[in-house]
Amino acid sequence: MAKATFSIGGVHPHDSKISRECAIEQLPLAPTVYISVAQHIGAPSVPCVAVGDKVKVGQVIAEPGGFVGAFIHSSVSGTVKSIAPRADLAGRASIHIEIAVEGDEWLESIDRSDTLVTAIPDDAKAIVDKIRLGGVVGLGGATFPTHVKLSPPPGSKCERVIINGCECEPYLTSDFRTLLEKGEQVVVGAALLQKAMGGVPCTIAIEENKPEAIAHIREVIGKLGYKDMDVMVMKMMYPQGGEKQLIDAVMHRQVGSGALPISVGAVVQNVATALAVYDAVQKGKPIIDNSVTVTGECFPKQANLLVRVGTPLQYIIDYLGGIPADAAKIISGGPMMGRAVANLQAATVKGTGALLFLTEKQTRRAPETNCIRCGCCADACPMGLEPFLLNKLSKAADWEACEANAAQDCIECGCCLYSCPAHIPLLDNIRVGKGFALNAIRARAAAAKAAAEAAKAAEAAKAASPVSSSEAEKSKK
Amino acid sequence: MSKLLVSPSPHIHAKDSTKSLMLDVVIALIPAVICSVVFYGWQELLVLGVSVASCVLLEWAITKYMLKKPSTIGDLSAVITGILLALNLPYTTPWWVVFVGAVVAIGVAKMTFGGIGQNIWNPALVGRVFLLVSFPTYMTTWNAPKGLFGADAVSGATPLGTIQEGLMQGASVQELTSAYNYKDLLFANLGGSAGEVCALALLAGFVYLCCRKVIKPWITLSIFATVALTSLIFWGINPERFTDPLFNLLTGGLILGACFMATDYVTSPMSLWGGVVFGVGIGFLTMMIRYFGSYPEGVSFAILIMNSVVPLLNMWFKQKKFGRK
Repeated sequence: MAKATFSIGGVHPHDSKISRECAIEQLPLAPTVYISVAQHIGAPSVPCVAVGDKVKVGQVIAEPGGFVGAFIHSSVSGTVKSIAPRADLAGRASIHIEIAVEGDEWLESIDRSDTLVTAIPDDAKAIVDKIRLGGVVGLGGATFPTHVKLSPPPGSKCERVIINGCECEPYLTSDFRTLLEKGEQVVVGAALLQKAMGGVPCTIAIEENKPEAIAHIREVIGKLGYKDMDVMVMKMMYPQGGEKQLIDAVMHRQVGSGALPISVGAVVQNVATALAVYDAVQKGKPIIDNSVTVTGECFPKQANLLVRVGTPLQYIIDYLGGIPADAAKIISGGPMMGRAVANLQAATVKGTGALLFLTEKQTRRAPETNCIRCGCCADACPMGLEPFLLNKLSKAADWEACEANAAQDCIECGCCLYSCPAHIPLLDNIRVGKGFALNAIRARAAAAKAAAEAAKAAEAAKAASPVSSSEAEKSKK
Repeated sequence: MSKLLVSPSPHIHAKDSTKSLMLDVVIALIPAVICSVVFYGWQELLVLGVSVASCVLLEWAITKYMLKKPSTIGDLSAVITGILLALNLPYTTPWWVVFVGAVVAIGVAKMTFGGIGQNIWNPALVGRVFLLVSFPTYMTTWNAPKGLFGADAVSGATPLGTIQEGLMQGASVQELTSAYNYKDLLFANLGGSAGEVCALALLAGFVYLCCRKVIKPWITLSIFATVALTSLIFWGINPERFTDPLFNLLTGGLILGACFMATDYVTSPMSLWGGVVFGVGIGFLTMMIRYFGSYPEGVSFAILIMNSVVPLLNMWFKQKKFGRK
């Protein structure tokens, strides 16, 4: 049988998973950690500790700033030294809570034993609440608060939970190692998500380049005996792990422009998120650490490290022997969608999945030449867009045409720029057009909402005092 | 800490470049080039040499002295134009006629529009058609191949030319085609432009390009299918007046045009269905010109006409966008 994959576009970068044999090892504690209050999509969290407070591992140090928000927990035990703006990975300042590490004292409520807890609670609401209290966010990259994703808006119904184990980005191996080493926990986490969504079927999607993980997870599912759960072997194709692409590959349904996965009955969670769900619900352990792949051909020591949230990058790099001389770029994440790091003093966040070192030869862009209209970008685009056209429209600052040609649907996967033989910086330009198109759409939605509310208010006023409004009309005449 | 590069994602790039794609096309043309030199001898080598050298030199000179921009000859596209132009000319073409063709191909059809990627019509074909209408004597006096070490050249017309003339004089197609057997056409054509000599060499190059995923086969295949179908219908109706499908597929530079000229990135549509419509148009126009036009063969004109509608085809035939109707 042909292995499943998404229906439009995609590219085949070399998978370069050179750290796949490195077991996850615990990184020793850094002397100081810096925990950002803005490490998820949504409102930044509000610190609830004060300078000088003693905190333990797992203690809440910041509370959600809104419904789309997340709890943030201390990843270490020690003393809060400061709560102040500090440059993040991209160099932008955001509030960080600085904690000087003293020992490693955990909250008593956290179950630190290795015993696997397989019993699934009956109450779906309680599961979602524990996920919320555990500060769980999507660890596949977007860091969207998981409890929000698990609370579908009224009228929509989840039909399938998809656990994303594709790890389609080259170099990354932390999800692969998690599947191999903590497969049981991931599977229980998947069962918890199934339960939270009302007992719907669950598919764990893994790409074919991870046969050990596929075999292991199949074995674990058989052993634990959860119902309606299966492993789906995916063809190797980037960006398979993109939410919309994965739903298309698994369920053959396409999420509409601007719509959420739930609109086609799907909820997608990453492997690392499933593990975090297990920890939060079964063990009372919030997200305080995550696995980070540290890799690159020029990097002498490949590793998959379990890193406490808030550990400075420089500390991780020093632990593994420092920056190699020929490294030209350090990327947080994979080579296709990761962000180039400008600031090594920045600290890890919940969503940090990898640190990748590339040499100048690997990463330097070739000079741009004329478009030869080969159509490679359009063939590669997994959203079926025309990058060559959007590129031109963006450069011409024709934002209306950008919107008409669906620039806002761009998922910024980088396939167009990756495959362009003329080395045209397609995605760089399209991002600009996408931004303007999205702004226009949001502005219209806000205006429509305001108009609807004004009409409603007028209606209400009319109903409340029919006489005065008819008088008002008369006076107008 | 030394300086770190910071740029937006993606941070890696596929190995393909314009140059690597063009190099693949050059490689795909090598069998046909070798065949034509073997069949037509050293004179063909001269035509090829003059054509390639003048195309490359002209592009270099125009970018340097007229446009004052960095040279683009490194992308090898001028080499391809040179080879294709040469393969579209009889081996007896004088060197200065070849040079004029190169001036029109590179200077007029390509660089005037802004160089690679900007031209509307296939440069080599524009050059060829210019020569065809300006120097009909040189372009239509075809000599049967004498081979690299062969005997003296024998003058003759191309199969399609012979038939066109024969039909005008009232002969039937059967009488006229009986002189040719298809094995000759497939392996070593009788008379014609250099690129027509060996269909198999051209097809080998086409298969190479498809395997390397440099081009997609649908444009070429839809041309072949349309030519075959159109001629099947006409030939079925009146075999006295119209030539048969296999004859039409193997003559008149159809294979060269369908495999290497119609599939030129710049002047062909990008989408699948756009490409199919483009191919059907070329196939149909070719057959109409061959059957009813005054030129014996119509591939060049058909491709140039369809080149002109490519922007429309690109607008009409788009890939379905994800999650949209």
